[in-house]
Amino acid sequence: MTSVPGPAPRVALFATCFNDTVWPETPRATVTLLERLGVTVDFPMAQTCCGQMFTNTGYVDEALPLVRSFVDVFEGYDAVVAPSGSCTGSVREQHRWIAQRCGDDGLAREVEQLTPRVYELSEYLVDVLGVVDVGAYFPHRVTYHPTCHSLRMLHVGDRPLRLLRAVRGIDLVELPGATECCGFGGTFAMKNADISVAMGSDKVRHIRETEAEIVVAGDNSCLAHIGGLLERGRAGVRSMHLAEVLVSTAEHPA
Amino acid sequence: MSARGSKRRTERNPVGTTTPTYLGMPKFPKLAAPELRNPVLRHNLQMATHTIRDKRAEVVAEVEDWEVLRLDGARSKDAALNDLDHHLEELERNLQAAGATVHWARDAGEACRIVTDLVRATGTDEIVKVKSMATQEIELNEALEAAGIDAWETDLAELIVQLGHDRPSHILVPAIHRNRSQIREIFAREMGKVGRPAPEGLTDDPAQLAEAARQHLRDKFLRAKVAISGANFAVADTGTLVVLESEGNGRMCLTLPETLISVVGIEKVVPTWEDLGTFMQLLPRSSTGERMNPYTTMWTGAAPDDGPQDVHVVLLDNGRTRVLEDELGREALRCIRCSACLNVCPVYERAGGHAYGSVYPGPIGAVLTPQLRGTTSDIDRSLPYASSLCGACFEACPVRIDIPRMLVELRSQVVDQQRGGLPSAEAAGLRAASWVFGNHKRLEGVQAGAAAASRLLSRRSIGQLPWPASAWTEARNAPAPATESFRSWWRRTHEEEGS
Repeated sequence: MTSVPGPAPRVALFATCFNDTVWPETPRATVTLLERLGVTVDFPMAQTCCGQMFTNTGYVDEALPLVRSFVDVFEGYDAVVAPSGSCTGSVREQHRWIAQRCGDDGLAREVEQLTPRVYELSEYLVDVLGVVDVGAYFPHRVTYHPTCHSLRMLHVGDRPLRLLRAVRGIDLVELPGATECCGFGGTFAMKNADISVAMGSDKVRHIRETEAEIVVAGDNSCLAHIGGLLERGRAGVRSMHLAEVLVSTAEHPA
Repeated sequence: MSARGSKRRTERNPVGTTTPTYLGMPKFPKLAAPELRNPVLRHNLQMATHTIRDKRAEVVAEVEDWEVLRLDGARSKDAALNDLDHHLEELERNLQAAGATVHWARDAGEACRIVTDLVRATGTDEIVKVKSMATQEIELNEALEAAGIDAWETDLAELIVQLGHDRPSHILVPAIHRNRSQIREIFAREMGKVGRPAPEGLTDDPAQLAEAARQHLRDKFLRAKVAISGANFAVADTGTLVVLESEGNGRMCLTLPETLISVVGIEKVVPTWEDLGTFMQLLPRSSTGERMNPYTTMWTGAAPDDGPQDVHVVLLDNGRTRVLEDELGREALRCIRCSACLNVCPVYERAGGHAYGSVYPGPIGAVLTPQLRGTTSDIDRSLPYASSLCGACFEACPVRIDIPRMLVELRSQVVDQQRGGLPSAEAAGLRAASWVFGNHKRLEGVQAGAAAASRLLSRRSIGQLPWPASAWTEARNAPAPATESFRSWWRRTHEEEGS
């Protein structure tokens, strides 16, 4: 399977601020993957951040202008795709509340109209494009960590796993205690660093039990925490975003 | 607009009181630190929470319409809460008609005074207790002790806590932080000081430990003239109080003594007898992971010539009407104290219950405690942040309390409360970040600087960063910014298509 039949769908990519600045390989992989599947991708330059970092730390007033700007940037698109379960979750589950809490009912209504068109990458691939086999080749031993917000906020279910199972050459190993939080939790990782690390250590132990070379997830922020612990322990296990596995081919390995 | 919103919230934020035991406690991360480093505690909690967690998952999975039951539970609690004054008055009328005396207590002090006076009036100087969160919340045992009245906990785990001069660390299993060899030690050392001593040569075999507790408590049950309980539910349309338990100690207390005093939070009301059916299915499965609990006692006032003849019910507010005023916060009053959220919480599992500085630990405690006590102290302000917002609690909650959403709301109340003064480093930093994200040109400026620094650094991973980022790098490497941002790449490769 290499492209989707019918007129070329168009999407706007919401790269997310962290990916844009720290992990550009993830949105780049998302663009390449979607284009390979026949999707026309636009990247509206005016986009910045969903505001989750502010919202979840309690700074709702500071998040409000970012909600406004998210709506302004993306409301003209039929679909918005983000390679992050957490940021997609923030847009879908928190933006309306932020607008309401700050007394901006007009913005709340605009948010309500836009958010059903905002998708996390695996949702867009499986539900909208209807593909599971994206034509990827990735000959590695891999384990998948379902991030909390993709699992319990967006309910992406087994979509990422179905995508991974269809990858050629992959040796996909089940992660023990997979649904347990890795301990990242945004500013929780700083404010409650000891507990965050304690949770992460257990996650890392489970990852190492699988003897995987690579741990894959749909959120680079959680992977920064998991990967940071793996690296500190010189575990020799790499962390990688789902999009980068799915974009990998024999000609262009990730 | 936003300023008005914040002001409104600040005014609404309750300024409550913290009971003496927890007054002046430091914030959650500080309280959690020694617990995290205690290997016995970590092991005990891990074993216990995972055992109950798995049992719950099993018995919940076998109920086909569990999600419908959860919705029903939430709906009937909301119905009670949305019309609470009406249901409370109905409850009072039906209790009085059945021969009970109803007392109203605004706060912990008032409730303790009412109960102490009632006990004193009977002329006794000791009472037996059924496990009750409401009496823990108001620190009734301490108040009775000050009045020269001995209060004997009869629930096995509460007995362990009481004999160990300890604090409860779990809603359902208050001694969850203890293992059986620790319990053996406590029984052997302490039982003799307050009654029948533990048998010679007591081992840590659970059956032997339970038998020692049974023998120790038997004298107290048979002697007691007064019992004090809480209630899991108070049915308004019949005036019936309901206690669910596993050990039979509750049944003893609720039937043997002459006087029965029940301290009941006003949110325990369910409108009708029929509503009870939903909760009898939801609570045992969520709580102990059983299809049905072994003992359920229901009583409607005083029954002629059967059980306690002098029956009192103390209806307790203690911050609950303040919580009820808050449209977004009142959902927390649905809580039926099952502790399913504690058992699935990865933070509770590692920090333990004592770190929460309250009789209500875990996710629901991180919501309820600052709601009931306000956010004026270090511990209460830190509780809404004692969560990674992983959402496991909401998924497990039998009455669908959206705990993660409420924690975020409480965090914003804490932040709004501190607006106006000198900004903290965190506030200044986040405000600066918000300004940067307010315009993509500013973000691009920051990205260009970060990319340049990264090129100088020439690696993707940083081992050590100065404060405050040192909180991250103490145990984890940190990622370095990319040498080329995504948008620079896009401009370079998709220039003619980009907007």
